[in-house]
Amino acid sequence: MMGTIILIVGLLLAAAAGASVYRIVRGPSILDRMIASDMLVTTLILVLGAEMVWHEHTRTIPIMLVLALSAVFASMSVARYVSKDARPSQPLPEEGPR
Amino acid sequence: MTAEETLTVLAGICLLFGALLSLAAGVGLLRFPDALSRMHAATKPQILGLIFILLAIALSNNNWATVATLIPVLLFQMMTAPISAHMIGRAAYRAGKRTDKHLLVDELEEAIDAAQAEAARHNR
Amino acid sequence: MPEFSGRSVRRSWAHQIPLLLWLVVLWMLLWGSFSWLNLVTGAIIAVLVTRVFYLPPVLLSGRFNLRWALVFSAHFVYDLIKGSIIVAWTAIRPGAVPRSSVIAVPLRTRSDLIMTLTTIAISLVPGSLVVETDRVRSLLYVHALATDDEAAVEQARQIVLTVEARIIRAMGSKDDLKRLVENRRAA
Repeated sequence: MMGTIILIVGLLLAAAAGASVYRIVRGPSILDRMIASDMLVTTLILVLGAEMVWHEHTRTIPIMLVLALSAVFASMSVARYVSKDARPSQPLPEEGPR
Repeated sequence: MTAEETLTVLAGICLLFGALLSLAAGVGLLRFPDALSRMHAATKPQILGLIFILLAIALSNNNWATVATLIPVLLFQMMTAPISAHMIGRAAYRAGKRTDKHLLVDELEEAIDAAQAEAARHNR
Repeated sequence: MPEFSGRSVRRSWAHQIPLLLWLVVLWMLLWGSFSWLNLVTGAIIAVLVTRVFYLPPVLLSGRFNLRWALVFSAHFVYDLIKGSIIVAWTAIRPGAVPRSSVIAVPLRTRSDLIMTLTTIAISLVPGSLVVETDRVRSLLYVHALATDDEAAVEQARQIVLTVEARIIRAMGSKDDLKRLVENRRAA
Protein backbone atom coordinates (compact mmCIF):
# COMPACT_ATOMS: atom_id res chain seq x y z
CA MET A 1 0.00 0.00 0.00
CA MET A 2 2.87 2.37 0.82
CA GLY A 3 4.15 1.76 -2.72
CA THR A 4 0.89 3.10 -4.22
CA ILE A 5 0.91 6.16 -1.97
CA ILE A 6 4.53 6.91 -2.87
CA LEU A 7 3.67 6.57 -6.57
CA ILE A 8 0.77 9.05 -6.26
CA VAL A 9 2.85 11.45 -4.15
CA GLY A 10 5.67 11.23 -6.70
CA LEU A 11 3.32 12.02 -9.58
CA LEU A 12 1.76 14.99 -7.74
CA LEU A 13 5.15 16.44 -6.82
CA ALA A 14 6.42 15.90 -10.37
CA ALA A 15 3.39 17.80 -11.69
CA ALA A 16 4.10 20.66 -9.25
CA ALA A 17 7.77 20.73 -10.32
CA GLY A 18 6.66 20.64 -13.98
CA ALA A 19 4.37 23.64 -13.39
CA SER A 20 7.18 25.67 -11.86
CA VAL A 21 9.57 24.74 -14.69
CA TYR A 22 6.91 25.88 -17.18
CA ARG A 23 6.66 29.22 -15.33
CA ILE A 24 10.45 29.58 -15.25
CA VAL A 25 10.59 29.07 -19.04
CA ARG A 26 7.59 31.25 -19.92
CA GLY A 27 8.10 34.11 -17.46
CA PRO A 28 6.87 36.73 -18.45
CA SER A 29 8.85 38.84 -15.96
CA ILE A 30 12.03 37.96 -14.09
CA LEU A 31 9.99 38.04 -10.86
CA ASP A 32 7.63 35.32 -12.12
CA ARG A 33 10.68 33.20 -12.89
CA MET A 34 12.09 33.88 -9.45
CA ILE A 35 8.82 32.92 -7.71
CA ALA A 36 8.71 29.73 -9.77
CA SER A 37 12.30 28.79 -9.02
CA ASP A 38 11.64 29.46 -5.33
CA MET A 39 8.76 27.03 -5.57
CA LEU A 40 10.93 24.49 -7.39
CA VAL A 41 13.36 24.53 -4.45
CA THR A 42 10.50 24.00 -1.98
CA THR A 43 9.19 21.13 -4.10
CA LEU A 44 12.69 19.66 -4.03
CA ILE A 45 12.65 19.84 -0.21
CA LEU A 46 9.30 18.01 -0.22
CA VAL A 47 10.69 15.35 -2.61
CA LEU A 48 13.67 14.78 -0.29
CA GLY A 49 11.23 14.41 2.62
CA ALA A 50 9.00 11.95 0.77
CA GLU A 51 12.04 9.90 -0.25
CA MET A 52 13.16 9.71 3.38
CA VAL A 53 9.74 8.40 4.43
CA TRP A 54 9.83 5.87 1.58
CA HIS A 55 13.28 4.45 2.30
CA GLU A 56 13.03 5.02 6.05
CA HIS A 57 16.23 6.96 6.62
CA THR A 58 17.09 10.48 7.79
CA ARG A 59 20.33 11.15 5.98
CA THR A 60 19.11 14.00 3.76
CA ILE A 61 17.71 16.21 6.55
CA PRO A 62 20.86 18.43 6.47
CA ILE A 63 20.28 19.00 2.75
CA MET A 64 16.67 20.03 3.45
CA LEU A 65 18.00 22.41 6.08
CA VAL A 66 20.51 24.08 3.80
CA LEU A 67 17.95 24.40 1.00
CA ALA A 68 15.39 25.93 3.38
CA LEU A 69 17.97 28.49 4.50
CA SER A 70 19.63 29.41 1.23
CA ALA A 71 16.60 29.70 -1.05
CA VAL A 72 16.00 33.18 0.30
CA PHE A 73 19.29 34.62 -1.01
CA ALA A 74 18.35 34.19 -4.65
CA SER A 75 15.00 35.94 -4.11
CA MET A 76 16.64 38.77 -2.21
CA SER A 77 19.26 39.48 -4.83
CA VAL A 78 16.77 39.35 -7.71
CA ALA A 79 14.31 41.58 -5.83
CA ARG A 80 17.05 44.11 -5.10
CA TYR A 81 18.19 44.06 -8.71
CA VAL A 82 14.66 44.70 -9.98
CA SER A 83 13.83 47.34 -7.36
CA LYS A 84 16.98 49.31 -8.17
CA ASP A 85 15.71 49.83 -11.70
CA ALA A 86 12.23 50.79 -10.54
CA ARG A 87 13.18 53.24 -7.81
CA PRO A 88 14.14 56.59 -9.42
CA SER A 89 10.91 57.19 -11.35
CA GLN A 90 8.62 55.98 -8.56
CA PRO A 91 9.12 57.71 -5.21
CA LEU A 92 7.38 56.00 -2.29
CA PRO A 93 5.47 57.67 0.53
CA GLU A 94 8.07 57.14 3.22
CA GLU A 95 10.72 58.80 1.10
CA GLY A 96 8.68 61.95 1.61
CA PRO A 97 8.70 65.26 -0.25
CA ARG A 98 11.98 66.04 -1.96
CA MET B 1 -3.37 -3.30 12.91
CA THR B 2 -0.26 -2.78 15.04
CA ALA B 3 0.85 0.62 16.30
CA GLU B 4 3.68 0.71 13.79
CA GLU B 5 1.34 0.07 10.85
CA THR B 6 -0.99 2.82 12.05
CA LEU B 7 1.93 5.26 12.14
CA THR B 8 2.95 4.24 8.61
CA VAL B 9 -0.60 4.80 7.33
CA LEU B 10 -0.74 8.21 9.07
CA ALA B 11 2.62 9.10 7.52
CA GLY B 12 1.26 8.11 4.10
CA ILE B 13 -1.82 10.33 4.57
CA CYS B 14 0.43 13.26 5.59
CA LEU B 15 2.55 12.71 2.47
CA LEU B 16 -0.58 12.76 0.30
CA PHE B 17 -1.85 16.01 1.85
CA GLY B 18 1.57 17.62 1.43
CA ALA B 19 1.79 16.58 -2.21
CA LEU B 20 -1.78 17.76 -2.91
CA LEU B 21 -1.02 21.21 -1.47
CA SER B 22 2.12 21.30 -3.58
CA LEU B 23 0.14 20.47 -6.70
CA ALA B 24 -2.42 23.18 -5.87
CA ALA B 25 0.49 25.61 -5.60
CA GLY B 26 1.66 24.50 -9.04
CA VAL B 27 -1.81 24.99 -10.54
CA GLY B 28 -2.02 28.43 -8.96
CA LEU B 29 1.37 29.30 -10.41
CA LEU B 30 0.05 28.45 -13.87
CA ARG B 31 -3.42 30.02 -13.60
CA PHE B 32 -3.02 33.24 -11.61
CA PRO B 33 -2.77 36.34 -13.80
CA ASP B 34 -0.06 38.49 -12.19
CA ALA B 35 3.18 38.04 -10.24
CA LEU B 36 1.70 39.08 -6.89
CA SER B 37 -1.12 36.54 -7.06
CA ARG B 38 1.32 33.85 -8.16
CA MET B 39 3.40 34.71 -5.13
CA HIS B 40 0.42 33.79 -2.92
CA ALA B 41 -0.17 30.54 -4.76
CA ALA B 42 3.42 29.40 -4.96
CA THR B 43 4.99 29.94 -1.57
CA LYS B 44 2.24 29.87 1.05
CA PRO B 45 0.44 26.52 0.60
CA GLN B 46 3.92 25.04 0.31
CA ILE B 47 4.61 25.86 3.96
CA LEU B 48 1.64 23.77 5.11
CA GLY B 49 2.81 21.12 2.61
CA LEU B 50 6.25 21.19 4.22
CA ILE B 51 4.65 20.83 7.67
CA PHE B 52 2.79 17.73 6.45
CA ILE B 53 5.92 16.14 4.94
CA LEU B 54 7.96 16.85 8.10
CA LEU B 55 5.13 15.33 10.13
CA ALA B 56 5.30 12.25 7.90
CA ILE B 57 9.06 11.91 8.51
CA ALA B 58 8.54 12.28 12.27
CA LEU B 59 5.73 9.68 12.25
CA SER B 60 7.61 7.10 10.19
CA ASN B 61 10.79 7.59 12.19
CA ASN B 62 9.41 8.33 15.67
CA ASN B 63 12.72 9.23 17.24
CA TRP B 64 13.17 12.45 19.24
CA ALA B 65 16.58 13.27 17.80
CA THR B 66 15.09 13.24 14.29
CA VAL B 67 12.17 15.45 15.34
CA ALA B 68 14.64 17.91 16.90
CA THR B 69 16.53 18.28 13.61
CA LEU B 70 13.26 18.69 11.68
CA ILE B 71 12.18 21.73 13.72
CA PRO B 72 14.98 23.99 12.38
CA VAL B 73 14.02 23.07 8.80
CA LEU B 74 10.50 24.39 9.42
CA LEU B 75 11.77 27.39 11.40
CA PHE B 76 14.20 28.44 8.67
CA GLN B 77 11.53 28.10 6.02
CA MET B 78 9.08 30.11 8.13
CA MET B 79 11.65 32.82 8.83
CA THR B 80 12.90 33.18 5.27
CA ALA B 81 9.61 32.79 3.37
CA PRO B 82 8.15 36.15 4.55
CA ILE B 83 11.41 37.92 3.69
CA SER B 84 11.53 36.67 0.12
CA ALA B 85 7.75 37.11 -0.19
CA HIS B 86 7.98 40.73 0.95
CA MET B 87 10.99 41.59 -1.24
CA ILE B 88 9.64 39.90 -4.38
CA GLY B 89 6.16 41.26 -3.66
CA ARG B 90 7.44 44.80 -3.28
CA ALA B 91 9.48 44.57 -6.47
CA ALA B 92 6.50 43.05 -8.31
CA TYR B 93 4.21 45.83 -7.06
CA ARG B 94 6.64 48.53 -8.18
CA ALA B 95 7.15 46.89 -11.55
CA GLY B 96 3.45 46.24 -12.25
CA LYS B 97 2.05 49.49 -10.91
CA ARG B 98 -0.42 51.51 -12.98
CA THR B 99 -0.61 48.86 -15.66
CA ASP B 100 -2.28 46.44 -13.30
CA LYS B 101 -5.83 45.49 -14.18
CA HIS B 102 -6.02 42.77 -11.56
CA LEU B 103 -6.50 45.03 -8.55
CA LEU B 104 -9.88 46.13 -7.20
CA VAL B 105 -8.64 48.65 -4.62
CA ASP B 106 -5.12 50.09 -4.55
CA GLU B 107 -4.59 52.33 -1.55
CA LEU B 108 -0.80 52.36 -1.92
CA GLU B 109 -1.12 54.01 -5.32
CA GLU B 110 -3.41 56.65 -3.78
CA ALA B 111 -0.80 57.30 -1.08
CA ILE B 112 1.98 57.60 -3.69
CA ASP B 113 -0.13 60.02 -5.75
CA ALA B 114 -0.78 62.12 -2.64
CA ALA B 115 2.93 62.15 -1.77
CA GLN B 116 3.85 63.18 -5.30
CA ALA B 117 1.27 65.97 -5.32
CA GLU B 118 2.67 67.16 -1.99
CA ALA B 119 6.21 67.10 -3.37
CA ALA B 120 5.14 69.07 -6.45
CA ARG B 121 3.51 71.72 -4.25
CA HIS B 122 6.68 72.11 -2.19
CA ASN B 123 8.85 72.48 -5.26
CA ARG B 124 6.78 75.28 -6.70
CA MET C 1 13.10 54.63 21.23
CA PRO C 2 16.53 53.68 22.58
CA GLU C 3 17.80 55.53 25.65
CA PHE C 4 21.44 56.51 25.54
CA SER C 5 21.92 56.90 29.27
CA GLY C 6 24.78 55.46 31.33
CA ARG C 7 22.83 52.29 31.91
CA SER C 8 22.25 51.61 28.23
CA VAL C 9 25.31 49.35 27.90
CA ARG C 10 24.20 47.06 30.70
CA ARG C 11 20.63 47.14 29.46
CA SER C 12 21.63 46.13 25.95
CA TRP C 13 23.36 43.10 27.50
CA ALA C 14 20.16 42.18 29.28
CA HIS C 15 18.32 42.56 25.98
CA GLN C 16 20.75 40.13 24.36
CA ILE C 17 19.93 37.28 26.74
CA PRO C 18 16.79 36.05 24.91
CA LEU C 19 18.77 36.08 21.65
CA LEU C 20 21.66 34.11 23.23
CA LEU C 21 19.26 31.55 24.71
CA TRP C 22 17.54 31.14 21.37
CA LEU C 23 20.88 30.64 19.57
CA VAL C 24 21.88 27.91 22.07
CA VAL C 25 18.52 26.13 21.63
CA LEU C 26 18.87 26.36 17.83
CA TRP C 27 22.40 24.93 18.06
CA MET C 28 21.15 21.96 20.09
CA LEU C 29 18.23 21.39 17.69
CA LEU C 30 20.65 21.38 14.75
CA TRP C 31 22.72 18.64 16.40
CA GLY C 32 19.55 16.82 17.41
CA SER C 33 20.60 16.20 21.00
CA PHE C 34 20.45 18.09 24.28
CA SER C 35 23.82 17.22 25.86
CA TRP C 36 26.14 19.22 28.15
CA LEU C 37 28.77 19.37 25.42
CA ASN C 38 26.23 20.93 23.05
CA LEU C 39 25.15 23.38 25.73
CA VAL C 40 28.72 24.60 26.32
CA THR C 41 29.77 24.75 22.66
CA GLY C 42 26.42 26.37 21.82
CA ALA C 43 26.92 29.06 24.47
CA ILE C 44 30.46 29.80 23.24
CA ILE C 45 29.35 30.04 19.61
CA ALA C 46 26.31 32.17 20.52
CA VAL C 47 28.53 34.71 22.31
CA LEU C 48 31.06 34.68 19.46
CA VAL C 49 28.40 35.14 16.79
CA THR C 50 26.68 38.00 18.62
CA ARG C 51 30.06 39.72 19.15
CA VAL C 52 31.39 39.31 15.61
CA PHE C 53 28.13 39.93 13.74
CA TYR C 54 26.87 42.68 16.00
CA LEU C 55 23.26 43.73 15.44
CA PRO C 56 21.46 46.60 17.14
CA PRO C 57 19.66 45.14 20.17
CA VAL C 58 15.99 44.33 19.66
CA LEU C 59 13.93 46.48 22.01
CA LEU C 60 11.59 44.22 23.92
CA SER C 61 8.78 45.86 25.82
CA GLY C 62 9.52 43.87 28.98
CA ARG C 63 5.93 42.65 29.06
CA PHE C 64 4.98 39.10 28.17
CA ASN C 65 1.57 37.51 28.60
CA LEU C 66 1.75 33.74 28.16
CA ARG C 67 -2.02 33.30 27.78
CA TRP C 68 -2.26 35.76 24.88
CA ALA C 69 0.88 34.29 23.32
CA LEU C 70 -0.84 30.90 23.29
CA VAL C 71 -4.04 32.47 21.89
CA PHE C 72 -1.96 34.09 19.15
CA SER C 73 -0.13 30.82 18.34
CA ALA C 74 -3.34 28.78 18.18
CA HIS C 75 -5.04 31.33 15.92
CA PHE C 76 -1.90 31.54 13.80
CA VAL C 77 -1.84 27.78 13.14
CA TYR C 78 -5.58 27.83 12.43
CA ASP C 79 -5.19 30.78 10.01
CA LEU C 80 -2.26 29.05 8.30
CA ILE C 81 -4.29 25.88 7.63
CA LYS C 82 -7.47 27.75 6.66
CA GLY C 83 -5.57 30.18 4.42
CA SER C 84 -3.68 27.36 2.68
CA ILE C 85 -6.91 25.52 1.90
CA ILE C 86 -8.63 28.70 0.64
CA VAL C 87 -5.71 29.66 -1.62
CA ALA C 88 -5.40 26.07 -2.90
CA TRP C 89 -9.14 26.04 -3.66
CA THR C 90 -8.93 29.47 -5.36
CA ALA C 91 -6.18 28.03 -7.55
CA ILE C 92 -7.90 24.81 -8.63
CA ARG C 93 -11.59 25.79 -8.82
CA PRO C 94 -12.96 26.39 -12.30
CA GLY C 95 -13.89 29.87 -13.46
CA ALA C 96 -12.08 33.19 -13.56
CA VAL C 97 -9.58 34.07 -10.85
CA PRO C 98 -11.01 36.94 -8.73
CA ARG C 99 -9.26 40.28 -8.45
CA SER C 100 -7.03 41.28 -5.53
CA SER C 101 -6.52 44.52 -3.64
CA VAL C 102 -3.71 46.50 -2.06
CA ILE C 103 -5.05 47.96 1.17
CA ALA C 104 -3.52 50.36 3.69
CA VAL C 105 -3.83 49.21 7.30
CA PRO C 106 -3.04 51.77 10.02
CA LEU C 107 -1.48 49.86 12.92
CA ARG C 108 -1.84 51.03 16.51
CA THR C 109 1.62 49.96 17.67
CA ARG C 110 4.62 52.30 17.67
CA SER C 111 7.15 49.50 18.15
CA ASP C 112 9.33 48.20 15.30
CA LEU C 113 9.34 44.71 16.79
CA ILE C 114 5.55 44.39 16.94
CA MET C 115 5.28 45.80 13.43
CA THR C 116 7.81 43.26 12.15
CA LEU C 117 6.12 40.35 13.92
CA THR C 118 2.74 41.41 12.51
CA THR C 119 4.26 41.64 9.03
CA ILE C 120 5.77 38.15 9.33
CA ALA C 121 2.52 36.65 10.66
CA ILE C 122 0.49 38.31 7.89
CA SER C 123 2.94 37.26 5.17
CA LEU C 124 3.04 33.63 6.35
CA VAL C 125 -0.72 33.24 6.23
CA PRO C 126 -1.76 32.47 2.65
CA GLY C 127 -3.96 35.05 0.94
CA SER C 128 -2.25 38.10 2.40
CA LEU C 129 1.16 39.62 1.76
CA VAL C 130 2.78 42.84 2.97
CA VAL C 131 4.11 44.72 -0.08
CA GLU C 132 5.19 47.97 1.57
CA THR C 133 5.59 49.37 5.06
CA ASP C 134 5.56 52.95 6.29
CA ARG C 135 7.47 52.89 9.55
CA VAL C 136 6.91 56.56 10.42
CA ARG C 137 3.14 56.34 10.17
CA SER C 138 2.90 52.67 11.28
CA LEU C 139 1.15 51.75 8.04
CA LEU C 140 1.19 48.36 6.37
CA TYR C 141 0.24 48.02 2.72
CA VAL C 142 -1.20 44.54 2.37
CA HIS C 143 -1.89 42.72 -0.88
CA ALA C 144 -4.95 40.55 -0.25
CA LEU C 145 -5.79 37.77 -2.69
CA ALA C 146 -9.34 37.30 -3.97
CA THR C 147 -10.93 40.42 -2.50
CA ASP C 148 -13.47 41.11 -5.20
CA ASP C 149 -15.80 43.52 -3.33
CA GLU C 150 -15.69 46.20 -0.65
CA ALA C 151 -16.88 43.80 2.06
CA ALA C 152 -13.96 41.43 1.41
CA VAL C 153 -11.53 44.39 1.49
CA GLU C 154 -12.87 45.50 4.88
CA GLN C 155 -12.69 41.93 6.15
CA ALA C 156 -9.04 41.63 5.09
CA ARG C 157 -8.27 44.90 6.93
CA GLN C 158 -9.97 43.62 10.08
CA ILE C 159 -7.97 40.36 9.96
CA VAL C 160 -4.68 42.28 9.95
CA LEU C 161 -5.83 44.46 12.86
CA THR C 162 -6.93 41.39 14.84
CA VAL C 163 -3.54 39.72 14.36
CA GLU C 164 -1.82 42.93 15.49
CA ALA C 165 -4.10 43.15 18.57
CA ARG C 166 -3.21 39.58 19.60
CA ILE C 167 0.52 40.27 19.31
CA ILE C 168 0.21 43.52 21.29
CA ARG C 169 -1.71 41.72 24.03
CA ALA C 170 0.95 38.99 24.09
CA MET C 171 4.08 41.14 24.18
CA GLY C 172 3.34 44.79 23.40
CA SER C 173 4.24 47.72 25.67
CA LYS C 174 1.73 49.25 28.10
CA ASP C 175 1.57 52.26 25.81
CA ASP C 176 0.53 50.16 22.81
CA LEU C 177 -1.99 48.30 24.92
CA LYS C 178 -3.56 51.58 26.05
CA ARG C 179 -3.80 52.81 22.45
CA LEU C 180 -5.40 49.51 21.47
CA VAL C 181 -8.10 49.79 24.14
CA GLU C 182 -8.80 53.47 23.31
CA ASN C 183 -8.99 52.63 19.63
CA ARG C 184 -11.48 49.86 20.30
CA ARG C 185 -13.63 52.16 22.46
CA ALA C 186 -13.64 54.81 19.75
CA ALA C 187 -14.73 52.34 17.10
